[in-house]
Amino acid sequence: MVTPAQAPTLDLVTRFPEGVVADEREGYEGYLVAADKLVEVATALRDEFGFDYLSSVSGVDYIAEEMLEVVYHAYKTIGGPGLVFKVQVARKKAEVPSLMDVYPGVDFQEREAWDLMGINFLGHPDLRRILLWEGFEGHPLRKDWKEAYYEADVKPFKSRWPEGNFFRSEEKATYQANVQYPDKFDPEKWVPEGEDALYGALAKYEDVDNTGLKTDHITINLGPQHPSTHGVFRIATILDGETIVSLKPVMGYLHRNHEKIGERNTYLQNMPFTDRLDYLSSMSNNFGYALAVEKLMNIEVPERAEYIRVIMAEMTRVQNHLFAIGMFLNDIGAFFTPSLYAIEERELVLDIFEIVSGSRMMCNYFRFGGLARDLPAGSLEMIKGLAFERLPRRVDEMDRFLSDNEILRSRCVGQGVLSAEDAIKYAAAGPMLRASGVPYDIRRADPYSIYDRFDFDVAVRYNGDIYDRYIIRMDEIRQSLRIIQQAVEQIPEGPIQTGKPQYQVRVPAGEAYGRVEGPKGELGFYVVSDGKPNPYRYHVRAPSFINLTAFGPMCTGLKIADVVAVLGSIDIVLGETDR
Amino acid sequence: MENKDLNSPGYEIPDDIKGSVSITSIDRIYNWGRRSSIWPLMFGLACCAIEMICTAASRYDFSRFGMEVMRPSPRQADMMLVSGTVTKKMAPTIVRLYNQMPEPKYVVAMGACASGGGPFKEGYSVVSGVDKLIPVDVYIPGCPPTPQALINGLIKLQELIDTQSIKKVRWYQKGELAAVPIPILGPDLIYQRDIPAISDAKKEA
Repeated sequence: MVTPAQAPTLDLVTRFPEGVVADEREGYEGYLVAADKLVEVATALRDEFGFDYLSSVSGVDYIAEEMLEVVYHAYKTIGGPGLVFKVQVARKKAEVPSLMDVYPGVDFQEREAWDLMGINFLGHPDLRRILLWEGFEGHPLRKDWKEAYYEADVKPFKSRWPEGNFFRSEEKATYQANVQYPDKFDPEKWVPEGEDALYGALAKYEDVDNTGLKTDHITINLGPQHPSTHGVFRIATILDGETIVSLKPVMGYLHRNHEKIGERNTYLQNMPFTDRLDYLSSMSNNFGYALAVEKLMNIEVPERAEYIRVIMAEMTRVQNHLFAIGMFLNDIGAFFTPSLYAIEERELVLDIFEIVSGSRMMCNYFRFGGLARDLPAGSLEMIKGLAFERLPRRVDEMDRFLSDNEILRSRCVGQGVLSAEDAIKYAAAGPMLRASGVPYDIRRADPYSIYDRFDFDVAVRYNGDIYDRYIIRMDEIRQSLRIIQQAVEQIPEGPIQTGKPQYQVRVPAGEAYGRVEGPKGELGFYVVSDGKPNPYRYHVRAPSFINLTAFGPMCTGLKIADVVAVLGSIDIVLGETDR
Repeated sequence: MENKDLNSPGYEIPDDIKGSVSITSIDRIYNWGRRSSIWPLMFGLACCAIEMICTAASRYDFSRFGMEVMRPSPRQADMMLVSGTVTKKMAPTIVRLYNQMPEPKYVVAMGACASGGGPFKEGYSVVSGVDKLIPVDVYIPGCPPTPQALINGLIKLQELIDTQSIKKVRWYQKGELAAVPIPILGPDLIYQRDIPAISDAKKEA
């Protein structure tokens, strides 16, 4: 077993005596960096300290202190713990230099922070709204922004509990009551802003070929209603003939205000909402959120619960990858037949989820310090049957039928290549990063839960093309099955919950970042607590969202028909992309 | 003719052709044809779309009810299965898709979000149910509805089609059918029916 590389003693304050101080607030960690030093510090972190992977950018609105904070989580792709650095700016003049030149993977995350939090990233080449539409009024994640159905700052609402006089929110807040229309707005003369900003962001519009003939490039839109976009996702491209000159993903068609609702909910109320992030792998989402809050509460999880967690998280990975492979082959043109085989196996895993949690998809199974309930009688035998007998054979069968297929190979091998450097640069995560030859798996690089006890290989492929991103999912299913096999053999008897199960947990003030290796990549939850029953800030580092940063560069120069294959190989889920 | 009389229309069929002739009403044979070949729009919005795919797959297999021909183009679809949360950014597109579907057309709201906003209703960019935008024929509860629930909802739609009459359905009446007005993305989603009210409120303020 390879142990993660130890972080060398790091003293950012000595390196930058001016502009960097340690964050000494109670419960906080990391460094506070002055805004004008940010680019310099980030460059040093990347080049001198080896933090080459900037995983997450979160904005926090500290309204009482009149400031906005941007929190950066950086890691090393050789493994080890991460580093947190923060920039604080005044709320009225929220301007932070963009890190696009140092870490291009922040592209979408900075746009998101601008859209939802109103933080202006100076020097960002394309700072447009990303989840909402151009023309939307306000930045909704600011604490003083109120939505149309606003009732109170925190749940449970007085009207529902304990009195229980519930009503429909339409009746209380008529539709327009809380909408903040700008002063000059006149609904009869309003012209929607349309797509000019989007099309303007696409590169190069006119061309003259070598005979002097002037040719216009064509703009093509794919989606949001398209069978190959895996949901409501839109792609805007400029084509030269059939070749893609420039491509921008357009998202937000499933933006469900996960974070705003999450900051109103109590801690436990958020658990079922995390199910609906990446709705194919709800157990992994539960895991990440539970880890973050447990870090804040500083509680341990009983042995048996840890084992069940690992079994469920790996089962989730198996069924997610089965579905991903099936849908990817759909996109390639093997319409629905491979999917039918994959979904047949997935149903068996869903049966297990239904037995243990009561729901096929939205499991809501994890609790802080344990699990909602123990494994019912007989379910462990079912899991054993799947992990030892059925699934290994069926995966081998799928591999045999699909992987050497002539059409699949000729469409995938050598297409849509993402090099290892680019994958790290664009903060790609999970199978996408590992298919590019970077053996970075959080289960091994920064082990959480009990993953350090199992014997498994980090699946790596080295070409970074579509085919490798497809075949690595087969590898990962096999490794997950290995982990499940060990876990069901070793699982002890015992309690599944630390202390008494409770609806309202006490969370001390502070911040925590919990991350797991989800099926799509690094899934992180950044939670800030102010000691109250509700999280003060709740941010999700969604792998589907950040993996799309590399989508545009990967597609440039390919034919239009390959876009669908590249997108299928990234494996996005829109619930997580748009949140 | 009432539904219960359809199998006994009151005409005597001569004995020698009894095996090859049966008498029914136009409504009944027309509805039988339509209810057995409902082509859904291939249109997934959110989590419910995954359960919709599972319903289409081998274990649940809704092709048993003649619904397996999912059409990606609204021009060829009979039924829009709104499977998931309707957001404000998506709302104009959904109305446009609905307007592009040819009559007769049906809408099934699958799951809590499409029926009434669901767990995300309080959010700033979620529409409280697709019936704020377009008329809905069947609502299916659940978050997400299990495949069994979805099939039950689709059978309810078939039952609804059985009760319709060519004489009465709105798409065979005189005159053009008005398209549903497309909501506008302004500072918030603006329904065209609300524009006078918003203008008045602005004038008062």
